[in-house]
Amino acid sequence: MASVEIRNVFKAFGSTEVLHGVSVDIQNEEFVVLVGPSGCGKSTLLRMIAGLEEITKGDILIGGRQVNNLPPKDRDVAMVFQNYALYPHMTVFDNMAFSLKLAKAPKAEIQERVQRAAEILNLSDYLERYPRQLSGGQRQRVAMGRAIVRDPLVFLFDEPLSNLDAKLRVQMRAEIKALHHKLRTTVVYVTHDQVEAMTMADRIVVMHDGIVEQVGDPITLFDTPDNLFVAGFIGSPAMNLIPGRIGRRDGRVWVEARAGVRLPLRPNAPGQQGQEVVYGVRPKSFQIAPSPGDDTVDMTVGVVEPTGDEIEVIAKVAGEQVCAVFTDRLALKPEQTVAVRPQLDSVHLFDAGSGKRLVA
Amino acid sequence: MSAREAAARVRPDVIPEPSLVARLLNSRNFLGFIFMLPLAILLLVFLTYPLGLGVWLAMTNQRIGGEGFFIGLANFEFLVRDDVFRLSVFNTVLYTVIASVFKFGLGLWLALVLNERVPFKALIRAVVLLPWIIPTVLSAIAFWWIYDSQFSIISWSLVKLGLIDEYIDFLGRPNWARASVIIANIWRGIPFVAISLLAGLQTISPTLYEAAVLDGASPWQKFRYVTFPQLTPIIAVVMTFSVIFTFTDFQLIYVLTRGGPVNSTHLMATLAFQRAIPGGSLGEGAAIASAMIPILAAAILISFFGLQKRKWQSE
Repeated sequence: MASVEIRNVFKAFGSTEVLHGVSVDIQNEEFVVLVGPSGCGKSTLLRMIAGLEEITKGDILIGGRQVNNLPPKDRDVAMVFQNYALYPHMTVFDNMAFSLKLAKAPKAEIQERVQRAAEILNLSDYLERYPRQLSGGQRQRVAMGRAIVRDPLVFLFDEPLSNLDAKLRVQMRAEIKALHHKLRTTVVYVTHDQVEAMTMADRIVVMHDGIVEQVGDPITLFDTPDNLFVAGFIGSPAMNLIPGRIGRRDGRVWVEARAGVRLPLRPNAPGQQGQEVVYGVRPKSFQIAPSPGDDTVDMTVGVVEPTGDEIEVIAKVAGEQVCAVFTDRLALKPEQTVAVRPQLDSVHLFDAGSGKRLVA
Repeated sequence: MSAREAAARVRPDVIPEPSLVARLLNSRNFLGFIFMLPLAILLLVFLTYPLGLGVWLAMTNQRIGGEGFFIGLANFEFLVRDDVFRLSVFNTVLYTVIASVFKFGLGLWLALVLNERVPFKALIRAVVLLPWIIPTVLSAIAFWWIYDSQFSIISWSLVKLGLIDEYIDFLGRPNWARASVIIANIWRGIPFVAISLLAGLQTISPTLYEAAVLDGASPWQKFRYVTFPQLTPIIAVVMTFSVIFTFTDFQLIYVLTRGGPVNSTHLMATLAFQRAIPGGSLGEGAAIASAMIPILAAAILISFFGLQKRKWQSE
């Protein structure tokens, strides 16, 4: 078990730089998720920790030891690959025992450690099978078993659930989290799925275009995104972002969007008169108002999608497409215009130029 | 309304019995047999007939232009005591074993090298295929020139380097001749092995190597435990073909040595031709050729078991 320190790391493939100075501190026993859209450099960063990619510039330390020039096998890390990378010609037992065999561990010890890992993962009945005879979820577990057997300092997961169907993904999500709780090993987990990140992580590192956009625990990222990218990336359905200008008069503050539509703000909202901003409000932060007022805005309903639990409405506010989610079973019809009241406490303001969050 | 329809209407619970033809045309087995028949006839006429005729000839004393009679296994009894035939069997086995071992070793090595990141990969792969795509007769003539007793470039180079004093008579001395034809055969056979094995190598997922590196495998261990086991199915196919091609080789020998000197490079195929056509003894030649069948059949059996699906291979 160990901490992982990533200090101002750069990575270039030829003349293309894909990581532009990334720094992350991962504590001992922490479950950290690197999340971001494809091409953001999260997998590259993980592979650099594993030693599968060279570090162009900067340092990576595992357990306080610099590992820049250490070959992968000496870093004491185990990795679970997206396609599992199980050796097809070896049984489940041999797959899990391979690293121990290479390390010339005594037979009895190999036996014991593989058995123990198989028990943890409910694989005891499958040890003599070949990977092709297993289901996707079982293969996934074998891949984790291979990592567990080695008892490494750090577990690295590279999109381990993306080849599973939706239901199994939810189940494996819980299993991995429970496993971390049991083993208490440092985990670095890469995914492009923000729901996975939110549900599993102690801390999330949001990456975009080779830089770190924000690091924080899931709730912090959700409640106070540092910038427009994080605001739009974390949360499902995504936060509605409406551009406009700050307007102030007589102690009242609002954002004036297209066509003069006024989006209400709380009185102590930050921002200068006339400043170009983006008004951010989550789909669940709308309430239907009985009648239009200063704190409401008109919403024109487009599509209504009832899911049973709630109603998802695709609509237009100030000419921008927005999504609103209501828990009440409202009888909304397409083309209907209703007054909605954004919850002022959960409205986010971002500077339109820099994309940074405006703080009071 | 037909009578049957009327009957069905009166007693709707009785399904009318279909005619024999209708039942046959609805039978999967019968239809399958009918559809396979044309191909079966083709195979029978064009594959089995020549082979059967060859075996039949082997049991006659047929001569070119003469009449032949069935003489049973007399040809084979004669051949067992024939020193030249026994030498040709020895030559064929030696030729096949040594050439196949080198073709496999060098072909695998070449495939592994070509599977790495090398510059001008496509060009190099095309060049590697050259020995295989040019006509055997052409490359045999080139080798003939290379091995020539007076103009050999090898002898010339070695003399100029001061390593030898006089030209080597490559094709004129028994063991030199054997080595020379084997080397020419290896040269010609490597591309087939290399390119086929390269295709096999490329089906192995690169992440398996990454997983192996993280598991602590050295380059040799990666080859031994990841690459080689997954390559065994394709090795079985490739080497079966390679052994069959080598065992039945004719062109190279016929151009380079015609079996000489003193029959030291005669293979079973060249001897069979020699006795049957220039020698006129069709029956005896056919018997020599037929004697290859059991050995080839054994090779095919070995490959049959080698080719069976490994337990770990997917459907």
